[in-house]
Amino acid sequence: MAALLEIEKLVVNATGGADYPAPVIQGVSLQLEAGEVLALIGESGSGKTTLALSALGYAKPGLEFRAGEVRLNGDDILAMAPDEKRSLRGQRVAYLAQSAAAAFNPALRIGAQVTEASVLHGQLSQAEADRRAADLYRALGLPDPDHLGRRYPHQVSGGQLQRLMAAMALCTRPDLLVLDEPTTALDVTTQIEVLKAFKDVIRQEGAAALYVTHDLSVVAQIADRIAVLYAGEIKEYGSVDEILHRPKHRYTRQLIDAVRPPPDTALGPLEAKDAEQDVPALEVTNLTAGYGRKQASGQLLKVLRDVHIRVERGHTLGVIGESGCGKSTLARVISGLLPAMQGEVRLKDEPLEPSLRQRERRQLQEIQFVFQMADNALNPHQRVDQLLGRPLEFYFGLSGDAKKQRIAELLHMVELPPEFSGRYPEELSGGQKQRINLARALAASPEILLCDEVISALDTIIGASIIRLLKRLRQQTGVAFVFISHDLSAVASFADDIAVLYAGQVVEQGPARRVLAPPYHPYTRLLIASVPELDSSWLERTLALRETRASIDQAVEITDRGCPFYRRCPVAIAGTCDRETPPSHTLDQGYTIVCHRSEAELRRGSFS
Amino acid sequence: MLIRAVLHRIATGLVTLVVVSVLIFLGTSVLPGDVASIILGQMATPESLAALRSTLGLDQPAYLRYFMWLGDLLSGDLGISKAGSGAGTGGTPISEMIAPRLANTVHLAGAVALIAVPLSLGLGLAAAARAGTRLDRSITLTTLGLVSVPEFLVATALVLVVAVYLGWLPATAYVSGTETGTALLKALALPTLTLVVVASSQIIRMTRASVLNVMSSPYIEMAVLKGLPRRRIVLRHALPNAVGPIVNVIALNLAYLVSGVVIVETIFAYPGLAKLMVDAVQTRDLPLVQACAMIFCSAYIVLVFIADLASILSNPRLRYPR
Repeated sequence: MAALLEIEKLVVNATGGADYPAPVIQGVSLQLEAGEVLALIGESGSGKTTLALSALGYAKPGLEFRAGEVRLNGDDILAMAPDEKRSLRGQRVAYLAQSAAAAFNPALRIGAQVTEASVLHGQLSQAEADRRAADLYRALGLPDPDHLGRRYPHQVSGGQLQRLMAAMALCTRPDLLVLDEPTTALDVTTQIEVLKAFKDVIRQEGAAALYVTHDLSVVAQIADRIAVLYAGEIKEYGSVDEILHRPKHRYTRQLIDAVRPPPDTALGPLEAKDAEQDVPALEVTNLTAGYGRKQASGQLLKVLRDVHIRVERGHTLGVIGESGCGKSTLARVISGLLPAMQGEVRLKDEPLEPSLRQRERRQLQEIQFVFQMADNALNPHQRVDQLLGRPLEFYFGLSGDAKKQRIAELLHMVELPPEFSGRYPEELSGGQKQRINLARALAASPEILLCDEVISALDTIIGASIIRLLKRLRQQTGVAFVFISHDLSAVASFADDIAVLYAGQVVEQGPARRVLAPPYHPYTRLLIASVPELDSSWLERTLALRETRASIDQAVEITDRGCPFYRRCPVAIAGTCDRETPPSHTLDQGYTIVCHRSEAELRRGSFS
Repeated sequence: MLIRAVLHRIATGLVTLVVVSVLIFLGTSVLPGDVASIILGQMATPESLAALRSTLGLDQPAYLRYFMWLGDLLSGDLGISKAGSGAGTGGTPISEMIAPRLANTVHLAGAVALIAVPLSLGLGLAAAARAGTRLDRSITLTTLGLVSVPEFLVATALVLVVAVYLGWLPATAYVSGTETGTALLKALALPTLTLVVVASSQIIRMTRASVLNVMSSPYIEMAVLKGLPRRRIVLRHALPNAVGPIVNVIALNLAYLVSGVVIVETIFAYPGLAKLMVDAVQTRDLPLVQACAMIFCSAYIVLVFIADLASILSNPRLRYPR
């Protein structure tokens, strides 16, 4: 039997190829059998998305197919006329984009978008398509399947939208699904339920899939085979077991090494603390903050409530939690971008004004912000030397040779050659941009660096190299970090202390090795269990845990009464946890868990 | 949320209207002379001026006169024009002067809007759907050319070609108010055509730009990869997300048709409202200037409000909060 999809010696070039001597895809061949899931893995720029999109006969603007063939059931896709391609797309081959939030049209109802392709291709009547969609919603574990289609994309959560995109792709019963990093943008806890839904529904529908990702642990859960892509070529191809356990190619091994080990109890002690008696670099007390949107009750929406944190000089405080837990708000309050409603921010024991505008220049210089998206944070019309030069002029009045020399030093600090000072951001790769973003903050010689999800947009290998750089900078400059991330492994690899944030409240806080080891707050336990492992049985194992089961499909609730984690907590005590504010247990000096369960129960890990 | 947004727009519109009325009042106050000296003209003696000022209330402080004027305006009394007034006699009520002119202006603007709006939406969408093709380039170039040409040139060229060389239509568009049917159409044809050219170019360009801007969104790529026909992608997926800027440029162009077409009205001798205002400025007929200015500003504010309302309503985030 011929394979479902055959790609033969495919070459994809940038249009007007002269500027780009190397093709984006350089003669790749691969085959995919019906019902099989093939993962395309590689770092950004490796051509994995381009290769996957060739199965739809689609090249992104600026790219063109130069040579080779792509055959679906024997039909040459690249040679098809536009009309034939249209009837192929959405019908025989369906696409799932990385961000469902961006891939759903905000102006149209969900149901209309899910059923559109099958109705338009003449497969089903609108009524049949609506029924099919409702069945798919049910199969994907979505709430209220019969009425979900009437909603608009902004009315459902990110994880639900991601599953709705799967419904949109599957509605036409395609032979082949192309999934482009469909869980990368999700929180780990959400990723579990989405992965599970994808895996079940792919099996149930018997569709084959091309699964594009840079995350090996995700691949381990869902794929049958793996193709490792590097610089537009397949470097290694084999079953999941072969690739993960007996990698042959050097690059594959590098990818596997870059998977951060899941944080585990065996984590050795980080460097000993000698700063306990010192004045901390930063201290936040009783902090409550929110945005000026009145809620129905007439109260302001509080995004953070009663937060205390302390960052020792030259140390790293990791702040971890799901999206929407208030992590970024905390950084905005510390920096003065968002004045707090209550509470105090102290820099080296000196109280700071709540608002940036009232702070002195010296205080501004001490606290610097590194934003998540270097793409947006760097002005595209300024060269690197202008980007780095501005804080040098503003804070230190440097100019001429002194400024030039300092810029070269800064570039050296972030491990970039001095020639980069003449480049524009668009001439840099994602990792290089993030390094410039860091150098811009370092230019102010700050005491505190607020790093908001600085490695989330980068793939594993680049992310790991940025973490190494941060560690070195901490040692060299003695700068303290507030390292905000939803990625527990990233935090575990870099933080001395960790604060776990849930719905704007700190639920567990202490030295990293204590927080990441039992006793756990039930939420910390859920987070740790949700970090995918390089083991194909991980998804099933995790789903069997009561923490995961209890939390699936429960939205985060910001509440005034009781414990915010109540609805997702597997060991919640009805009548207590939903009514009363949980007490804080101090288990050790500087180590606290906020929970109604007793210290003994938390230590035992078993609850009566 | 939706109601709040709409109420907010209404409130902003009203505040703008009040501010504008103050500005108009101040603006006409700084013009040399006042109504009394204009009415009396050469007959003015200091005594008769003072007497007339006190009968007209012009000796009151400015803020009182403003509120009197505003009160009259709100009760529908636009005041008395100087026109037709002789020595010591009263003038024509402004509302009587404005009514036929307003009707003419509405006819012309209406005719232009009926043609220009569908035409430019169609051409703009066609250009966006076929971006980069010959059709797109010819539309873009033509509209760019027409936007840059001053309207008196467009009007003069049309008169030269259609009226003088071809002799199809009259070169002027004077209407007395009694014309109906073909005669009215004939009179309106050339000014309408001129204004269609002027207004359409802008709407076409804005439609094309806004739709193209949306066309680079990921959800459009998604629609392409679902195998949807181009027409459907543009009309159903892109257009609803581009409504905001498009309705705004339409509103601004319609407002311009009400107030800014004095050049076209002059060239075609068309008795519209804009020409009335310019004449009023020349004859220093201040009450008439004020009344016209208020009508123009209200038209702007109402049209912009409608445009805002349309873009609010086209956003499901506002219609259906979470």
